[in-house]
Amino acid sequence: MEGIAIQLRDLRKSFGDTTAVAGVDLEIKDGEFFSMLGPSGSGKTTVLRMIAGFESPTGGTVELAGQDVTGLAPFERDVHTVFQDYALFPHMTVEANVAYGLKVRGVPKTERLARARTALAEVRLEGYGTRRPAQLSGGQRQRVALARALVGRPRVLLLDEPLGALDLKLREQMQVELKALQREVGITFVFVTHDQEEALTMSDRIAVFDQGRIQQVGTPAEVYERPATPFVASFVGTSNLLEGESAERIVGTPGTYSIRPEKIRVLKDSAEPDDPDHESPDHESPDRDTPDQESPDHESAAGTVAEVVYLGDSTRFLVDLDAGGRLTALQQNLETSAEDVAAYRGSRVRLQWHRRHTVHVPDPR
Amino acid sequence: MSLLNRTAGALYRRPRLRLSLLLTAPLLWLAVLYLGSLSVLFVSAFWTTDSFTSEVVKVWSTDNFHELFTVPVYRQVILRSIGVALAVTVLCAVIAFPLAFYTARVAKPRRRPLLVVAILTPLWASYLVKVYAWRLILSQGGLADWMLKPFGLSGPGFGLPATVLTLTYLWLPYMVLPIHTALEQLPANLLDASADLGARAGRTFRSVVLPMVLPSVAAGSIFTFSLSLGDYITVQIVGGKTQLIGNLVYSNIELNLPMAAALGTVPVVVIVVYLLAMRRTGALSSL
Repeated sequence: MEGIAIQLRDLRKSFGDTTAVAGVDLEIKDGEFFSMLGPSGSGKTTVLRMIAGFESPTGGTVELAGQDVTGLAPFERDVHTVFQDYALFPHMTVEANVAYGLKVRGVPKTERLARARTALAEVRLEGYGTRRPAQLSGGQRQRVALARALVGRPRVLLLDEPLGALDLKLREQMQVELKALQREVGITFVFVTHDQEEALTMSDRIAVFDQGRIQQVGTPAEVYERPATPFVASFVGTSNLLEGESAERIVGTPGTYSIRPEKIRVLKDSAEPDDPDHESPDHESPDRDTPDQESPDHESAAGTVAEVVYLGDSTRFLVDLDAGGRLTALQQNLETSAEDVAAYRGSRVRLQWHRRHTVHVPDPR
Repeated sequence: MSLLNRTAGALYRRPRLRLSLLLTAPLLWLAVLYLGSLSVLFVSAFWTTDSFTSEVVKVWSTDNFHELFTVPVYRQVILRSIGVALAVTVLCAVIAFPLAFYTARVAKPRRRPLLVVAILTPLWASYLVKVYAWRLILSQGGLADWMLKPFGLSGPGFGLPATVLTLTYLWLPYMVLPIHTALEQLPANLLDASADLGARAGRTFRSVVLPMVLPSVAAGSIFTFSLSLGDYITVQIVGGKTQLIGNLVYSNIELNLPMAAALGTVPVVVIVVYLLAMRRTGALSSL
């Protein structure tokens, strides 16, 4: 069943003079875990609200399973939403919240209660049915909202930054659970987030939004390894761009290039006439194996370490290049300690990476 | 300056002193003037009057209360007063809800404060002026008669309906305001969520809006009910010969003070019962 769940054609939305969505074309497949990633104000939530039917587009169409639903009300669409702040009905029990959609559609009481209990079990909340939303923790409310949206088995589930209010540990746990749940029920999930890591972890495909437009659509690997625009290169992952003159000197041709920090090796620059009194830390080089010195497959650039950030499992080096500009390199702390890497601050280094990791980023402007 | 600083510092280090300075005056007011007079009322309700001299006899007796429940006039007046208070409350709720829905959710956000002020404006006018205005409206050949004449009808005249109508007008803002606040604070995404789960507007209203606003309706009803139950001026001006508890209290004050006190405890007891009933709806926490 490789059908199309959602088709957006030239979707636009303006609020007064401000344009929230400036022409979005998108195709989301059945059963896909699809993320809409972007900073706040990039239009991703507005697109979601137009799919749900809470906002009517200024232009363009929304199709669900091949049917044009642009003019339909939310209650006429086979789509349910998990809201950012859950939007649970505070005056109803957890069970009544979950059964609400079934009740509205006239499902008999015994059946809807049974289905509500099953749905609560699916999100591991058995036995919480008689409580009120106010008596639950944030993570539990999140699950109730999920059960409430899933119990009617909609064709598409829309999730509006559902993990935004949870703390880091719980968020990571919910990411795994959400993904497992989606695989289990096989429903198309459209997931809005501003957290690039979340989008990379969970999605089958990602659409990166900026200023009301889609910058790139692709699998997490495509978006991360082959960013299509400078915006995607900087928003997904650490911004690491070579531009203008320094790009021309290092890569050989002018343009904008993105190099992911973990692809770059930091080598102690031995050609540098060092201060003889200063003890060189190169016996503790963060690199264990010596790379081929001037291999034609490799790009390299000399520079000075401006800052060293110890991150526990890895270290981030901020290097000011001689050719101009700054690159960030990320090294695993395999053998090195915090003291070792701190000694690198201010010293001369050579950065080296494989040519295939230099990604040319076409500037759309 | 340094004296001021030292005083401020001394107060800062003595939270109990601060608290007592803050609360002594209001607590005295509450204890002496409010609770004091209330207990005098209760105690004197159990005294009697010498029927020849009209002097208060300070002997404990439950005769007054016995009379309240056995003399038909008293019973009727008590029940009528409660009935008027309930009718005013229901009418206020029925009128206030759509009004508050408009001011809180339909009107443009910029206009809302203005509309709320407009609803509150009648509270700035004198009570008597408003009631006399209603007397003019309802008088024979007055505005009500004149407006209903083309339909072959006449105004209600003075009496019980006029009393209910005037009291409803007087206390309406006290009902509109809490409902307006509740509707305004109702999160929009709950309405979205209801529609998202398949509910049409009518269902969303019944299942989400109404249950969430009900405590505020109850809160408003506490005002309309207790204000109506205690009123005796409106009924004198537009009520014709109608008598409510307040009128009986008023007429007994000169001749039989203990009886007036016994009558006076009735609305107090009724309102306590009403408050206890309303507490179950959660109204007291939305006041």
